Amino acid sequence: MPVDPQRKRKIRLVVALSTAVLLAVALIYTSFSASTEAKEPSQLIGATPGTSYEMTGRVVKGSIRRDGEEGMTFRVVDRDGGSKSLPVSYDGTVPDPFRGGREIILTGSVQSGTFVGEPDTLITKCPSKFTTKSDA
Amino acid sequence: MPSLGSALLALAFFTAIFAGIVAILGRNGDERRLRISRRAVYAFCALVTGCVVIIEIAFAGNDFSFSVVAEHSSIETPAGYKLAAMWSSQEGSLLLWAWVLSIAAAAALYATRNKLRQIVPWATAVMMGVATFFTGLMLFAPGVDPFASLSPAPVNGVGLNPLLQHPSMMIHPPMLYSGYVAFTVPFAFAIGALVTRSLDAEWIRATRRFALIAWAFLGFGLLLGARWSYTELGWGGYWAWDPVENAALMPWLLGTAFLHSIMVQEKRGMLKVWNASLIVGVFSMALLGTFLVRSGVLQSIHAFGDSTVGPYILGLIGVVLVGSTALIVSRLDDLRSEKRIDSLASRESVFLVNNLLLVGLTVVIFWGTFFPLISELFTGEKASLAAPWFDEYTTPLAILLVLFTGVGPLLAWRRVSWASARRVFRIPLAVAAVVTLGLVVLTDAADSLWALALFSFSAFALTGLTQEFWTGARARQQLSGGSTTAAMAGLVSRNRRRYGGYIVHAGIIVLLIGIAASSSFQTRRDVELRPGQSTVVDGRKITYEKPTVAVDDQKITIGAVLRVEEDNEVVGYVRPSRQFHRPTGQEAGLISTYFAGEATSEVGLRAGFDSDLWIAEEPDLGGLQGDARAADEGFEACIEGGPGTPPQCKALGALMRAAAANPRLQAQALEQISRLQGLTAERVARGYLQDSPPATFRIIIDPLVTWMWIGGLIALAGALIALWPSRGRRRGALVRTEADARKEAKYREIRDAELDHAAGKLSDEDFAALDAELRREALEILDREDGNGNGNGNGVHPREPEKLTRS
Repeated sequence: MPVDPQRKRKIRLVVALSTAVLLAVALIYTSFSASTEAKEPSQLIGATPGTSYEMTGRVVKGSIRRDGEEGMTFRVVDRDGGSKSLPVSYDGTVPDPFRGGREIILTGSVQSGTFVGEPDTLITKCPSKFTTKSDA
Repeated sequence: MPSLGSALLALAFFTAIFAGIVAILGRNGDERRLRISRRAVYAFCALVTGCVVIIEIAFAGNDFSFSVVAEHSSIETPAGYKLAAMWSSQEGSLLLWAWVLSIAAAAALYATRNKLRQIVPWATAVMMGVATFFTGLMLFAPGVDPFASLSPAPVNGVGLNPLLQHPSMMIHPPMLYSGYVAFTVPFAFAIGALVTRSLDAEWIRATRRFALIAWAFLGFGLLLGARWSYTELGWGGYWAWDPVENAALMPWLLGTAFLHSIMVQEKRGMLKVWNASLIVGVFSMALLGTFLVRSGVLQSIHAFGDSTVGPYILGLIGVVLVGSTALIVSRLDDLRSEKRIDSLASRESVFLVNNLLLVGLTVVIFWGTFFPLISELFTGEKASLAAPWFDEYTTPLAILLVLFTGVGPLLAWRRVSWASARRVFRIPLAVAAVVTLGLVVLTDAADSLWALALFSFSAFALTGLTQEFWTGARARQQLSGGSTTAAMAGLVSRNRRRYGGYIVHAGIIVLLIGIAASSSFQTRRDVELRPGQSTVVDGRKITYEKPTVAVDDQKITIGAVLRVEEDNEVVGYVRPSRQFHRPTGQEAGLISTYFAGEATSEVGLRAGFDSDLWIAEEPDLGGLQGDARAADEGFEACIEGGPGTPPQCKALGALMRAAAANPRLQAQALEQISRLQGLTAERVARGYLQDSPPATFRIIIDPLVTWMWIGGLIALAGALIALWPSRGRRRGALVRTEADARKEAKYREIRDAELDHAAGKLSDEDFAALDAELRREALEILDREDGNGNGNGNGVHPREPEKLTRS
């Protein structure tokens, strides 16, 4: 059955455009529902318990305690410093560059005042890349 | 020395401006001005090279009066890494950008020195505009002057982060930069073509090689980064959907789309708007990558100093996007396709589909990468997307891409008849069916339907590619005789673009198989073991035989020897370790400083074609650190000379006090301290062996992951084959004019059609029609040439295209 080529092109265009629109809608919808809110430590003090957050902060020097079986605890402050610090507990793989003074990203939730990280979500930023000042 | 560098850089800046202006003045074909501007570009290249040489000499010679050297290198930094330390700095990486750009621009202008008279001036202006931007940035933006000096020069530098001291980190950044930067060339020529409305495929033919080189560099850079992450960072992965990784992947994906769609423009005169937009997209993405690493707008594993150059680069991206879009819109009339797609079942329509898939992938990744900003815009909250979200979208798109990678090469250009389609699809479909069945019956592949789909499509695509080589070689053998191997070699070497491209396809498919298998069927276990204990992972018994320890001036290395047994037979040993580095400049001093610097993992890897056994160790340092602290306290008490201290201590304490007053004794005191501390450190380390505390091991069994690296290398080899100049060119028979290039392209098309016919992809009638049409087009080109008066005389028959038979 011969189809008018003009019509055929139109159909193709409609199909392609609707696919693109569908993909875009799915993208927008899932991204808002799948995302984790990013917070700084000072915003998490007194945050709703149980809600999952992505916390970005700086590890307080000298606050890291490793207690064998229980993983470890440390305190974090906002990236640009600040006086309020948040206690964190974490049990899981620790990346190589992790140490006091470094910036970290950790996903978890607040439980009785302590930020409890989910296992294996700790990210420590690579130091030295394009920093103008050295922290060594 | 720093001032000489500054002078060269300033000179380079003005040379770039000069070259750009003279090029525009010569836009009407003023031969003399074009020559001057081209030579100015060569001079620019030489000047920037001079800057790089000066910095590298300073690094090699520990000239800490250069602040960039003092901040990123030290006397102890190994020699090879000193040279690579340049690009671990902000200012050095900008210089690297400018340097690669200067080389690419000079090479592009050399390659086009006798052609594209209209486009070249504008392309020169664009490239030199970008060059002016980057050299200007180094000269005028605060804090990024590579020749900033320190006075007085410090005695030693800060050193290079031990994490970055890895062979792949030496070449990974220059590879990525070369990729980013080389895309400037096709972009510049596209702009030139748009400005001058010379919108046939000439600009593409002239810069295709640069796009392919850029693509190969970028791809290799990505592969090296993944490899580094896999072997050097103790987390066991090679890709994390980190913004910086994404920033390099996006231009690569768009570049892949560009490399395919330009073929459609070359052969069929279609997709012109698309190609112009794609290259603008690629170049903007490359700039975006450069920007992201320097801006701090997104959270990433890679920490960035809030540097000052971010806003400038953003400004450049804005100019590029707005300017190019305006230019494309104003040239829409000239960008109309010369032809339409004849049939959906044709190679060009598959190219279109794979282009849409690649652009779709890029859109998804772009959205995910910038989602924190998007979300902040709409909800006021920064929120981010994790790897699972990315996987959800990229997996099906990548799998479809493999399917169409398989279909494309089997179809001929323009249209395919049912009969020939059945002929070429039969075997690949059958093989795919058998492989799928085999995988379902014999393995657990059906546990992950995505992975199974990828494996079957890969089987289809790889068989299709093999068939391409086979039928091509057979066709050639029939025409010219000789052995099958010789025919195969001849086939590839006479059609480098086509078969090089197929090899790239095969490599990428193999790479994707590696990714699919290792991400879907990975076994990962974190176990705590004491020496002597063992664990069983995936049928392999792994025993922690003994701890190891090594001490030197700069680091303590704590390792483990693990025995691997399969079916009660020892198959090998794995030795993961972790190194604890002292911060630079503290080679002598307290033992506990060993734990104050960086820690790096050395992964224990038993790579195999079927699976990798990957083990990283995290030792329990509690006892060791306690011992170190105790030793330090003992040392302090000892040199203070309290009651009951051994006489050597008293002597050293006295020497140190004397050295404080008399600088000449300092060296002697330092030497004694470091000897003593060395002995203590060794004693402390031996204590670790005696205590034999437990260590946590992350054990990963990654099936087929080796194929990821092998596939990447195959793809790289294919790209090299496609890039290699053909024999005629190597002999110096350079394509002189555009008309020549057009003729050559048409002849190549005729040859392709002959090959497709011989391989059974084109039916006799289709081939006859196509061949007649192509020959008519070839004649038209020749006629036009004759009409212009620079042809080879009237009535002369067109030179026969080189046939398959001629070898």
